[in-house]
Amino acid sequence: MIRDVTRIRDLSDQELAHRLAQGLDLETGPFVFHIQSRENAVFNGLRRLYADFPISTEIVRDFHVRVRRPVGLRHWFHPQVVFEHDRKPPFKPLPAGHAFAGLEWGMNWCIAGYAHHFLTLHAAVLERNGRAVILPGEPGAGKSTLTAALSLSGWRLLTDETALVDLDTGELWPMARPINLKNSSINIIQAFSSNAIFGDKAVDTHKGTVAHLKPSLDTVLRMHEPSRIGWVIFPRWQADAPARLTRRPRADTFVFAAENSFNYSVLGETGFRTLEGLVREAECFDFRYGNLQDALAVFEKLAG
Amino acid sequence: MNIAFNRLLTALRQPEFVSTFSVSDWDALLRHSRSAGLLSRLALDIQGCAGWDGLPERVRRHMRGALHIANRQIRAVRWEVHKVHEALGHLGIPIVLLKGAAYVMVDLPPARGRLFSDIDFLVPRQSLDTVELQLVFHGWHGTQRDAYDQRYYREWMHEIPPVTHVTRGSTLDVHHNILPLTARLKPQANILLQAIVPISGYNNLYRLGDADLVLHSATHLFHEGEWSHGLRDLVDLDALLRHFGSDAVFWQCLFERADLLDLRKPLEYALYFSHKLLGTPIYDHRSGVAIQPRSNTLLSPLFIQGFASAHPELTSPSSGLALSLLYMRSHWLRMPIHQLVPHLIHKAKIRTGAKNTQQ
Repeated sequence: MIRDVTRIRDLSDQELAHRLAQGLDLETGPFVFHIQSRENAVFNGLRRLYADFPISTEIVRDFHVRVRRPVGLRHWFHPQVVFEHDRKPPFKPLPAGHAFAGLEWGMNWCIAGYAHHFLTLHAAVLERNGRAVILPGEPGAGKSTLTAALSLSGWRLLTDETALVDLDTGELWPMARPINLKNSSINIIQAFSSNAIFGDKAVDTHKGTVAHLKPSLDTVLRMHEPSRIGWVIFPRWQADAPARLTRRPRADTFVFAAENSFNYSVLGETGFRTLEGLVREAECFDFRYGNLQDALAVFEKLAG
Repeated sequence: MNIAFNRLLTALRQPEFVSTFSVSDWDALLRHSRSAGLLSRLALDIQGCAGWDGLPERVRRHMRGALHIANRQIRAVRWEVHKVHEALGHLGIPIVLLKGAAYVMVDLPPARGRLFSDIDFLVPRQSLDTVELQLVFHGWHGTQRDAYDQRYYREWMHEIPPVTHVTRGSTLDVHHNILPLTARLKPQANILLQAIVPISGYNNLYRLGDADLVLHSATHLFHEGEWSHGLRDLVDLDALLRHFGSDAVFWQCLFERADLLDLRKPLEYALYFSHKLLGTPIYDHRSGVAIQPRSNTLLSPLFIQGFASAHPELTSPSSGLALSLLYMRSHWLRMPIHQLVPHLIHKAKIRTGAKNTQQ
């Protein structure tokens, strides 16, 4: 399906800056964000990482967000920015250099807090040959690194942070947004592929140094194409471990996913039924790996 | 008045009218009704009439999401009341649920699609120590450690400092009256306690009498100055008045109780604005005929601005001034000037102190 859309890359620098000052309607899968900001870091991030994303023509937007400088004297010696959703800041101000990272976190916050027409899980999702793999996010388990490597090796990225499960069909919906990498993962992925395009690094954030990896054009063009679940795989990186899948009980997977959902309890019985259907349809594994090449080979085999 | 606010009032009065709204109306209306805490209520109203299918898909989605949140909150309130009853039900002290918790536990119309913050209840003042101690035993602890705040609550206010549960994180506001001890109006708590109604299925769990539910809601709205959910509170009042108002005796009782409790003024405001903004039918308490309530207050434009103020971006330019004046009014009503001035100076000091440490 080819639609006549304007993408961010179609805008000149001046047009993009102007749109951002007035409010730019960014389409990312099912969501439209109305983003307003005069911050350079936000401009650079959108220019570089969201170049292929459509500018929405929807009149009703899902989220109205701003990244702006708070008023005050600090401006002169230690500039800060604040993220706002509907003019209310959910977080404390961040250093101005973290403005783009702050926007990304803020967008995730909006989805976790309001997208209750999906069951939302804290997990990455990728797809190959029509089947999706959910990688739940135990902190430090190497989820983002593996997600980035898979997305650079023929897997289509749906999301690196929030899985969106359709409450009616059980399908997984993409957002196609950039992958957030932290600390040493950034160097690993830079070394892994010369095709990896990163935004500016934000140093000394509460998560250390973070940088975002640009999603592929294919990923972005297919941002409205959901996928059925194939697998739930819990990755764990361990130095020198051979890459190996071991079965994980479905009941155990269910409990872990429920605990790592942003809105399982909000959805009540609907949440239970949706998650139950999802886990029933999936093959569930634990996965240990020591290096990325071996890990990719295992995933390649899995996808058939 | 801004367009989104007008549209919201129209939708609340006549939900079938939403079919006349344009798509661009909805972008602002969605934001305004969410900020006002009324998105889920609006969703139920529209589902109840034929308007639902005509809504833009993106609006329906957010409304569905808002309904999930509202249902979840109702489940949470029921559970928390259950836990409060477990902690206090055996003491033989009347525990009088207030506002949202009461509406939910007796299924009163304002509970429909309502959002909640804390659980409020009232106990006789002489039982406060016992109740507070039991709550501590059951895991609810005070979060106000500052000596000034402790004194502020205990000597001047109508409630003890809020307590929060260590594991569930739920907050309870334990009241012994419905207005501060220092306030200009002096409702007597024992008069409220004489008319309480038991909640079936529980021991020692009550709600206020029908008329007192209205009076408390009105007093809270027009005296506490929390205008960010002012319209939500007015929607509560509208629902209560429509529910009880079909009975002529109710109107008589409402005015008698208002005089007895020294709450005539907030009642008059409530009837006037509920009728003016939400079209609530109001009946004369003597003749029983439908009337247009009047208000002789010069503050009317200020209150209207207050009701319209839920979304900071979608308000009129003068709204900031109006809210400051309403804030000052609520403090003026809250305590006499010789207490108010030192209190505001203390608060200002704390605020600048906090700013300095942040830097």
